[in-house]
Amino acid sequence: MEIVQEVDNVRAVIRITDVKKTYVIGDQEIHALRGVNLMIEEGDFVAIMGPSGSGKSTMMNVIGCLDQPSSGAFYLDDYPVSEAEDEDLAKIRNQKIGFVFQSFNLLPRTPAVENVELPLLYAGVNAKERRKRAIDSLNSVGLGNRLYNKPNELSGGQQQRVSIARALVNHPVIILADEPTGALDTKTSQEIMGIFQRLNDEGKTVILVTHEPDIAEYAKRVIHFRDGQVIANDVIQERRIAKFEEVVV
Amino acid sequence: MNFLEAMRVSLRSVTANKLRSFLTMLGIIIGVSAVITMVAIGEGAKASVANQINGLGSNLLIVNSGQAKQGGNSLGAGSPLFTFEDTKALQQKDSIAGVTPTVSTRAQLVYQNDNYTSNLEGTTESFPEVRNASIQEGRFFTNFEVNELANVVVIGPEVVTNLFASSNESPVGKTIEINRIPFTVIGVLKSQGSSGMTNNDDRLIVPITTAMERLGQSSLRTIYVSAISPDEMLQAQFDIQQTLRAQHKLMPSQENDFTISSQSDILETAQNVTSVMTTLLSGIAAISLVVGGIGIMNIMLVSVTERTREIGIRKAIGAARGAILQQFLIESITLSLLGGLIGILLGVGAAWLVNKLGGVDIAITMTPMLYAFLSSLIVGVAFGVYPAKKAAEMKPIDALRYE
Repeated sequence: MEIVQEVDNVRAVIRITDVKKTYVIGDQEIHALRGVNLMIEEGDFVAIMGPSGSGKSTMMNVIGCLDQPSSGAFYLDDYPVSEAEDEDLAKIRNQKIGFVFQSFNLLPRTPAVENVELPLLYAGVNAKERRKRAIDSLNSVGLGNRLYNKPNELSGGQQQRVSIARALVNHPVIILADEPTGALDTKTSQEIMGIFQRLNDEGKTVILVTHEPDIAEYAKRVIHFRDGQVIANDVIQERRIAKFEEVVV
Repeated sequence: MNFLEAMRVSLRSVTANKLRSFLTMLGIIIGVSAVITMVAIGEGAKASVANQINGLGSNLLIVNSGQAKQGGNSLGAGSPLFTFEDTKALQQKDSIAGVTPTVSTRAQLVYQNDNYTSNLEGTTESFPEVRNASIQEGRFFTNFEVNELANVVVIGPEVVTNLFASSNESPVGKTIEINRIPFTVIGVLKSQGSSGMTNNDDRLIVPITTAMERLGQSSLRTIYVSAISPDEMLQAQFDIQQTLRAQHKLMPSQENDFTISSQSDILETAQNVTSVMTTLLSGIAAISLVVGGIGIMNIMLVSVTERTREIGIRKAIGAARGAILQQFLIESITLSLLGGLIGILLGVGAAWLVNKLGGVDIAITMTPMLYAFLSSLIVGVAFGVYPAKKAAEMKPIDALRYE
């Protein structure tokens, strides 16, 4: 079992101890996670890598509170997620996690600003405050002039920025990005990674799931998964820095 | 998420697919509007029957000679007629206000060059009181004129328009021929409208003695009796039965040789017909609402499947099970309520058209609308719960992965 390392006043936002996840498909048991120990500190920028079937997607679902571990303990921001009920999980996802997906996952036929408002809607924030915070959030990713465009009127990069704005709007503890550049070209990918780096510089904890090594290099640390276990957890020596250009439209 | 927000989200998806939403609602629209129209027409018929009957006097009893036997054919022919002794005996009873024996027939009228066939009634001076009739012009005949077999006649307003339309003069004082016998018009009745098959405005009233002796209507088969008040109807019926049985010297084992009927019997029959119709309509309404509800459920299930990804997104960013359930439930309720409302408007409109174009009496009441509204609400909930539950219980990871 890995040692919980408390480094000078730095708090662990994610503490995972001996987490296992077993699926049963037919009469076959699939061990997606075989006892994972992991700690992610506040303000860190972690890339989770691994080939398909390595358990990294399952790990992401567990960290994202979309799925519950079969056994083991998972604390998110000191909250015992592994013991939480379904309804609590919805609340945690709403308030502690900002999701960014590969396929953007914006609501179709819905203006950008309303997409960004959505987490606030479920948090019970009033309409006026929602609109204000959504606009602020879109401004922060350089989309202040695309507030009322619907997803099909935006480029892929712009859509991904809307989804980052949506992830940020409820001031989550972690940003969880699942292959955020998977559907984007190199230049746009760089822009998006630039946004993540800037958010991290501002103090946000970012967790990135990717299978592209050069995308992982924008992170500070990389965790490798194989066969449902962590096989490496290294600090990146030569980190790539993407310049985030203000208001790229 | 509060209710208003959920309402807005649901309305957006209802309006996003306008044609589909409309087609979904169509079942409910057609069902509700058909029922609203039919009920309006039915209630209208009921109200107009009730009005007419009340206009004729609600404490009126009609005594006919002969026993109307079910399945038999003893409808008066051959059974003993009434006599003036019978009417005098009835007159003695405390529960009875007025008695007027009546003979009736069709009669030919001639005035100058016009001729016309109308209903002739021979009766007594109590007619206005018993039959709730009043005089518009002139006077009614008196007891003296009845005793003297006077050739006087009181005519209904329709006879005036048919026979005296060309001259602007008052018909009172004129002489008309009834079956070639000259009669003096002494009065005109006020309009009473028609009740069922009988037109109360197209008639001639003459003294019963005159009708029996001079116009050949010697068989007295009908006596109209008015009770002193609507509350005394039962007592009056009982007294009539006792009196007539005594008069006709019937043995206890013998059945009545007369029949007593009241306006409320007729009203009751009319109401029975209406209530049968109402039951029938309710059945149709229930069937159409169920069919409409199945339509809504079908579309909601399709919609839930189509929007699996949307449900996944909403759940991933924090929508609790209740919020999703609420959203889809409100959507199905919106569809069914909107359908119900459109149905009500359409039904009222159709009833109004029937009234304006067809001249049919209608009565638009709140009750069927309220029922229609409530049942659409119930349909929306009942047929929306299953699809909404299906949506709410989706696992976010599966829903997000759905293509």
